[in-house]
Amino acid sequence: MNSFSYTRAGDVAGAVSEVSGNRAAKFIAGGTNLIDLMKENVARPGRLVDITRLPLSRIEDTPDGGLRLGALVTNADTAYNEQVERRYPLLSRAILAGASPQLRNMATNGGNLLQRARCYYFYDTATPCNKREPGTGCSAIEGFNRMHAILGASEQCIAVHPSDMCIALAALEAVVRVTGRNGDRAIPFADFHRLPGETPDIDSNLGVDEIITSIDLPSKGFADHHAYLKVRDRKAYAFALVSVAAALEMSGDTIKEARLALGGVAHKPWRNTEAEGLLKGKHATRDSFQIVAEAFMRDAKGLSHNTFKIELAKRAIVRALKHAAQMETRP
Amino acid sequence: MKDGTEKEALGEVTFSLPTATRITLRINAAQKQMDVLPWTTLLDALRDYLDLTGTKKGCDHGQCGACTVLVDGKRIISCLTLAIMKDGSDVTTVEGLANGDGLHPIQQAFIDHDAFQCGYCTPGQICSAIGMINEGRAKTADDIRELMSGNICRCGAYPNIVAAIQQAMQADRGRAA
Repeated sequence: MNSFSYTRAGDVAGAVSEVSGNRAAKFIAGGTNLIDLMKENVARPGRLVDITRLPLSRIEDTPDGGLRLGALVTNADTAYNEQVERRYPLLSRAILAGASPQLRNMATNGGNLLQRARCYYFYDTATPCNKREPGTGCSAIEGFNRMHAILGASEQCIAVHPSDMCIALAALEAVVRVTGRNGDRAIPFADFHRLPGETPDIDSNLGVDEIITSIDLPSKGFADHHAYLKVRDRKAYAFALVSVAAALEMSGDTIKEARLALGGVAHKPWRNTEAEGLLKGKHATRDSFQIVAEAFMRDAKGLSHNTFKIELAKRAIVRALKHAAQMETRP
Repeated sequence: MKDGTEKEALGEVTFSLPTATRITLRINAAQKQMDVLPWTTLLDALRDYLDLTGTKKGCDHGQCGACTVLVDGKRIISCLTLAIMKDGSDVTTVEGLANGDGLHPIQQAFIDHDAFQCGYCTPGQICSAIGMINEGRAKTADDIRELMSGNICRCGAYPNIVAAIQQAMQADRGRAA
């Protein structure tokens, strides 16, 4: 780890002013990703601003019937929160599918959104990587790319977003509340993360002088019909090859609304509202789910080692929808 | 070391040279003060500053769980924790579990079930198991396997570790009843 200076922020405004105009400064909260990246020499901040004592550690109702998750609430406290378990069990299950209990006790909600890619070339400072060092090239495109993207990738980067929590938040259409030098903003979840395009070094649309204050869940929690299915190389403590968050609103066996978000397949949680719309008004059947799965993967493109993910994702979509519709019991 | 020569490359960057900071930790029920640099991890502070070498450094990247300790009652990974950020916290390591010569029930259960071979992962396993039992979410052997998945055992003593934890949980329930 490189040497750095340290300060503890006493309030949100103070935290923002610490990073404003100082590109070497970074916020630190749980540290589960940043400290690791610093040990690998991938991140080399000159100054860390400790935000763990800011008053952003509450989960509370919002006036419009939703739930506000403070940016500094840990992943574990969020997943096991009584309101989250009861009203947003999809989110609870997704969080508990990720990392390990110790890491979930440390990692915060804001930090979960900002965790960086787990691409091995991003971590390996001996290899070129456009995300780590813009302009050096992508080692994964012609390299070992089994875990990499099949949707939304660019010539510059094929990394995927590693989060489970974010896949549920995308399906629930959460809103990310941020504050910065220019005031407060509310960013719809679909607009928070970016596709790699020409600037894979920039993961999200959070400004460099902005801080996440909360993640707001809308009132609709899909508690009756939901599933989070994570397919990975081992059953615990591994990143997803493909994950699916499925949320249905049903009337009898007719689908009124369907939401699907995919993890492990793209640089951001992957939604396809056009494909989801194919289920509106349809009966919950394996055939109708298969049509949606095909539509979701229509533009998918495999690389030398990850083409299997396309079929895997289709099957995972169908299975997750069957769980959500309670056509079969959960695994 | 960072110095003024980096100014040009990073643009308008200002920072002062890091200095050691005095922090206070309550470790195994004793107040400890130490001067740490910002990048000193809690794991290194325990092992190198306080000679509490029971907590082990395995991968040093949060993947193996050997460095698990309890901070304010919760199990965390000490290798990914900066000591300076935990100023004022309560830390329990494997050295703080026994009551004199009386082993903690989890420690005794690990002996009863031969829940280790080389023993390197054991302090982390034991602290993690205590944290898990405090969390109160594990009911079945499957739950234990899932909720202990952050602790790797290279010797593969997993079946015995699960059996040891089950024994301790039963004893715990017996006491509560």
